Amino acid sequence: MPKRKDLKRVMVIGSGPIVIGQAAEFDYAGTQACKALREEGLEVILVNNNPATIMTDTDIADVVYLEPLTLPFVSEIIRKERPDGILPTLGGQTGLNLAVELAESGVLKECGVELLGTPLETIRKAEDRKLFRKLMNDIGHPVPESAIVTTIEEGKKFAGSVGFPLIVRPAFTLGGTGGGIAKDTESLERTLKRGLTMSMIGQVLLEKCVLGWKEIEYEVMRDGRDNCFIVCNMENIDPMGIHTGDSIVVAPSQTLTDKEYQLLRTASLDIIRALGIEGGCNVQFALDTDSMGYYVIEVNPRVSRSSALASKATGYPIAKVASKIAAGLTLDEIVNPVTKKTYASFEPAIDYVVVKIPRWPFDKFMFADRVLFTQMKSTGEVMSIGRTFEAALLKAVRSLEIGVTGPRLKDLELCSYMELENKLENATDERLFAVMEAFRRDMVLSDVAQITRIDPFFLGKMRNIVEKEREIAAGGVKKLTARKLREIKDFGFSDPYVASLLNVPAGEIEKLRKRHETRPAYKMVDTCAGEFEAETPYYYSSYETASEVKASGKRKIIVIGSGPIRIGQGIEFDYCSVHSVFALREEGVDAIIVNNNPETVSTDFDTADRLYFEPLTKEDVVNIFHEEKADGVVVQFGGQTAINLAGPLHREGLPILGTSFDSIDVAEDRDRFDKLLERLGIPRPPGGAVTSFDAARAVANRVGYPVVVRPSYVLGGRAMEIVHDDRELERYVSSAVLVTPEHPILVDKYLVGKEIEVDVIGDGNDFLVPGIMEHIERAGVHSGDSMAVCPPQTVPGDAVAAIVEYTGSITKALDIRGLMNIQYVLFEDSLYVLEVNPRASRTVPYLSKITGIPMIKAATKIFLGRTLKGMGLPTGVLGPTGHVAVKSPIFSFAKLIDVDIALGPEMKSTGEIMGIDYDYARALYKSLVSSGFGIPDHGAFLVTIADRDKEESLPIVEGFSRLGYKIIATGGTARFLKSRGIKAKAVNKIGESRPTILDLVYSGKVGFLLNTVSQDKAAETDGVKIRRASVELNIPCLTSLDTARALLFSLTQLNSREDKTFACLPINTYQEAIRRG
Amino acid sequence: MKAILVIEDGTTHEGASIGKPGTTFGELVFNTSMTGYQEIFTDPSYAGQVVMLTYPLIGNYGANEVDQESFKPHIRGIVVRELCAAPNSWRQKFSLGEFLSRHEVIGMAGVDTRAVTRHIRYFGTMRCGVSTELSRRELREAVLGSPDISGQDLVGAVTTSAPYRFLYAVEDEGAGLDRVAKRWKRRVVIVDTGVKYNIPRSLIRRGCAVEVVPAKTGAEEVLARKPDGVVLANGPGDPKDAPYVIAAARDLLGKVPVMGICLGHQILALALGADTYKMKFGHRGANQPVRDVVRDRVVVTSQNHGYAVRDENLAKKGIRVSHVNVNDGTIEGIEHDGYPIISVQFHPEASPGPADSKYLFDEFMKLIDEWSG
Ligand SMILES: Nc1ncnc2c1ncn2[C@@H]1O[C@H](COP(=O)(O)OP(=O)(O)O)[C@@H](O)[C@H]1O
Ligand SMILES: Nc1ncnc2c1ncn2[C@@H]1O[C@H](COP(=O)(O)OP(=O)(O)O)[C@@H](O)[C@H]1O
Ligand SMILES: [Mg+2]
Ligand SMILES: [Mg+2]
Repeated sequence: MPKRKDLKRVMVIGSGPIVIGQAAEFDYAGTQACKALREEGLEVILVNNNPATIMTDTDIADVVYLEPLTLPFVSEIIRKERPDGILPTLGGQTGLNLAVELAESGVLKECGVELLGTPLETIRKAEDRKLFRKLMNDIGHPVPESAIVTTIEEGKKFAGSVGFPLIVRPAFTLGGTGGGIAKDTESLERTLKRGLTMSMIGQVLLEKCVLGWKEIEYEVMRDGRDNCFIVCNMENIDPMGIHTGDSIVVAPSQTLTDKEYQLLRTASLDIIRALGIEGGCNVQFALDTDSMGYYVIEVNPRVSRSSALASKATGYPIAKVASKIAAGLTLDEIVNPVTKKTYASFEPAIDYVVVKIPRWPFDKFMFADRVLFTQMKSTGEVMSIGRTFEAALLKAVRSLEIGVTGPRLKDLELCSYMELENKLENATDERLFAVMEAFRRDMVLSDVAQITRIDPFFLGKMRNIVEKEREIAAGGVKKLTARKLREIKDFGFSDPYVASLLNVPAGEIEKLRKRHETRPAYKMVDTCAGEFEAETPYYYSSYETASEVKASGKRKIIVIGSGPIRIGQGIEFDYCSVHSVFALREEGVDAIIVNNNPETVSTDFDTADRLYFEPLTKEDVVNIFHEEKADGVVVQFGGQTAINLAGPLHREGLPILGTSFDSIDVAEDRDRFDKLLERLGIPRPPGGAVTSFDAARAVANRVGYPVVVRPSYVLGGRAMEIVHDDRELERYVSSAVLVTPEHPILVDKYLVGKEIEVDVIGDGNDFLVPGIMEHIERAGVHSGDSMAVCPPQTVPGDAVAAIVEYTGSITKALDIRGLMNIQYVLFEDSLYVLEVNPRASRTVPYLSKITGIPMIKAATKIFLGRTLKGMGLPTGVLGPTGHVAVKSPIFSFAKLIDVDIALGPEMKSTGEIMGIDYDYARALYKSLVSSGFGIPDHGAFLVTIADRDKEESLPIVEGFSRLGYKIIATGGTARFLKSRGIKAKAVNKIGESRPTILDLVYSGKVGFLLNTVSQDKAAETDGVKIRRASVELNIPCLTSLDTARALLFSLTQLNSREDKTFACLPINTYQEAIRRG
Repeated sequence: MKAILVIEDGTTHEGASIGKPGTTFGELVFNTSMTGYQEIFTDPSYAGQVVMLTYPLIGNYGANEVDQESFKPHIRGIVVRELCAAPNSWRQKFSLGEFLSRHEVIGMAGVDTRAVTRHIRYFGTMRCGVSTELSRRELREAVLGSPDISGQDLVGAVTTSAPYRFLYAVEDEGAGLDRVAKRWKRRVVIVDTGVKYNIPRSLIRRGCAVEVVPAKTGAEEVLARKPDGVVLANGPGDPKDAPYVIAAARDLLGKVPVMGICLGHQILALALGADTYKMKFGHRGANQPVRDVVRDRVVVTSQNHGYAVRDENLAKKGIRVSHVNVNDGTIEGIEHDGYPIISVQFHPEASPGPADSKYLFDEFMKLIDEWSG
């Protein structure tokens, strides 16, 4: 079936911002899709409001809209662009839901737009629980018995018919609050009671619980001619009961016999056929551990996190093939791009083991509930490839970047036996390490299996690792012959871990390895286990004999990627890495990428000239460098991960491209940087590094409270905080921070000013500042969590001049070659430098999008000797743009129980979106709508404001009142408002007679909230409860007066205008305008 | 204990002995299936061959008594990257190591199987030896002196000595042995050139009474059993080394519907006047895409063959190609203008591998019913 002739223009919907459960995998899928469709000669219109994605580059899709992913905006785009078809299955759940909304609203019909790939009916059948169950019954595949109950009696009745255990999932509580497992009638009553109260709509889903069964996933492809294939299956090491996104996963399945494998394979094909999906889908099964019994748990009729993992695990580009299918091609017409010899109509054969480990945000959220259950909590993941399970697991562990070089967590060594057992039973992010610790304490495998329900096969492998550790430790360094060393390396241990086992300095093993010339060989991922010759250079290491890397005569440069997505280091750094690779390739240099994040574009098989799927540690990078005989390493684009490698790689003699290592060190070393600023006459907030409470207090009192304090080294305690007095300072110092001469804490005066941020490109002579970003929230809210507008709206001209001057002199002083980011605070008319990052920052993609200046490409080409002027780029500060862009942070609070949503100096957001338009009010509105502040145009506005914010809040509350919102406030706030002549209805505090403020929030009668953090402990406890309730109920909650003021501004402006329309323009148009000047 | 692998061209790999110690020779082939090692080892088609599995972890789920495709392993030896020491599966009865020792299979682990696979891909299948006793040099000499895969009567070595009735079918789900108490609707004779159990099982599931006869059984003797259909089974080696089966096939054509599977397919083709040839390294795995030309569909098939039907002058002999390999265009199935046959190079009985093509057994039933009714 050749490509459809009737399709000319296709619209692709992206997945929007990165949130837990929807990360970079959809940028990867979307980018592949756009490329695949354009390969077929189709014009691609893309809608996605996430500026940090590759897919929203104007050279990936033809027309790119960075507009809100809401029905009104996307409908308008459709009416304007008139695509022939729309591809709904690449934008995750967001894209799928939006497509359904578009179809149901009638706009698709109105404009004659066809849903490509998977029909609406199919989406409904897969997503609607009832329809899905019916379909499964019809085709004879079992689903777990379940029922929706509204009373305890109903629940008991259901239990009577299907038996225990049951899984209890309250409807409409986010983050799975109130869920649990009922093992008997008594615990059913208990969990039901809690669940029913917690559920907003008083409903609880009861389902037969198959806790501990194997959780197996299949990735299936089907084309329009009913050809079906399995790309890959995957086995969750953490069995049923822990979300697949939070499970350690291995591919292919390890413990399934052929009979079991085929049983589920056949079921998967039956299911994709019955659903009529054209493209890819993911089927999740539960498989009994002692019979052939199984259940179908879920089908995702779209590409997913798992499909990205399967693509990276096998080399089979699922999204690309799914897009070609949507364009009308059949699987046997699509060439397998990896081998270029075979076709997409086959099932990959793997000759290695793939392990995925999730990366959780609990290092940032100390107080979050870490227990893993049926709701996903991880922000990202790492994948590793090895020729043995042990090697793959060990690689994955050191890819996590959680401060370990091997599978050992020091904290667990201090655990009591009881605590350890508890950690085995109630899985958290530490469970893998707890299992290791259990084996180190000689716990019996069958006991560990019983407690964790992890398959003894996997436990056996984990125990092997512990046994090998013992063998190494017992042998001592003397016994490390060349042969033994190779055996240990082949087993999978890193040099520093082996050194720690032997109690020798970290460099010792490295030296030994050099002496014995023990280097890894690199094997290719080729989709076919070596059966065909593959063209695509996608490698992983193993300490075997034959390396398959083909030598290249060209200049070769390694780009260090950014590893797993975590809070503070997200998809934007993948954007940067990928752009650097593109630039290198444009310049005719071989670009080599090293990364371990399976979700990303950077690890797509055809992004770089060569891809190494490896941990980002010094050892692994140095090995690749030698294998490639590379000419240089790029560390500016992989976030903190890459820049942290600058020192170790530099000391190893690897050429670091761009800004010198010495300059990097100046920027990152507090003392050296202070001296530099002093020399340049640039102020920074007064403060100092101290090593005791007394010294801290002295500094605080010298500079005056409030102060910003942070450890230079975090030890399972809190990180940065703003403290207001000695008492708070003492609590901070004594509670959770390690203060020693090696690990001082930093105390700085907190400057409550306006935060301003710039990114700058330097070439040694000139510099370019593509944009200055003004933060909407004041300093004190982390730059990653604050809204930012570009160009600045309220920064006075002399401050802008100072920014340019300071930026220029720092760029010059550090001799920046490439990118640098500076954060300033404008406080009482003076400008201070808060921080300098000698690397590409989070805001680079955003600035690149709004200015059209290819910042990363320019920086990369500067590494190769080009200049700004030589590339025809402007220098100095880019002139004013005709448009305004506002970036907003996006949070994943719904998935994280017990996390306070109030903003502060520690970053909490997982993603970002932007709004762009010709004026500030409109851009702001788009940004707010996209970030969940699409507030109703009338209704109740609930305010509870801390004492010190009351005065400042007055005009804001008044403004909303004037717009017609009904103000409701808690006692103190209400009295205050009334005393100032603002009508406000009082509501009782929590603990007072009901209905209280919490009842009010739960009643659904509140449109949105404003709640600022109080210094008063009691008020603050209530504040947390109210803020959490808003998350559960998905009610917009403002925690900063600045955000509230911005919201008010945009509403007032838009209200007062005649013209209430928005510029719904592609980013291409804005960029074009800048190019023309 | 140490073991070495020496290939005909002198390539040597070291590893550790698994299974029985000793020395063994055979044709070194690789299989890319990720599951189903026990089915592979007990498939008689591997007689004469040392099997190397490309999946690096073998033995994860042990071995049992039901996943057998014949009563014992027929492989000459096995080469793996890692043999699992601590397997786990509710279906397992013994570890794979125990299984290999019990059946006296010589093998080795710890080999860079990917390197060896790539070597075979470049240079084609070759003879090899695995030994725990001989030196490199001695083993190389011995390998060079060992017989080639063609020219041996491997079929004769694996066929049943006497006819028997096949009575049991393991259900698809593998839930255990099931006595099939249904009334027989059809009678099928399988010529045992090394048949995998799942062929008779697939027939029994479709209501056939199945008799298995030795490979040397002549056509009259087969017909004397009054079959509604005959299956020429899979088996080892070069089809031309079983001229007696080719002759019998020739005499069966047109008298009864015949289904040829793998070696049986090659034999049918030879009987119809076509030719076969030895492939560079064959197809062995569970992921081979095959286009069913008639239905215009691609199915994933399980395969294990080193010879194939030559695509030359087929039309003249009344042969039509019914199935083609999507990857390399080789012939995967034929039909005939005059005779009722179904003939495929791959394994519709699966086991191991995907069951996508099991519909061919239904087709065979239809063919039988049309022919006899
Ligand atoms: N009946 C059940 N018994 C035990 N665990 C379950 C059951 N249903 C789901 N789970 C667990 O909950 C997780 C999430 O459920 P799933 O239906 O896949 O939702 P999601 O849409 O979030 O992926 C699964 O990965 C599985 O581990
Ligand atoms: N002295 C200060 N005065 C006011 N705000 C500060 C000060 N120091 C840090 N901050 C706030 O804390 C945030 C994080 O601090 P920063 O030094 O940029 O750390 P990070 O390395 O996490 O980016 C800043 O974005 C800013 O809002
Ligand atoms: Mg799921
Ligand atoms: Mg910062």
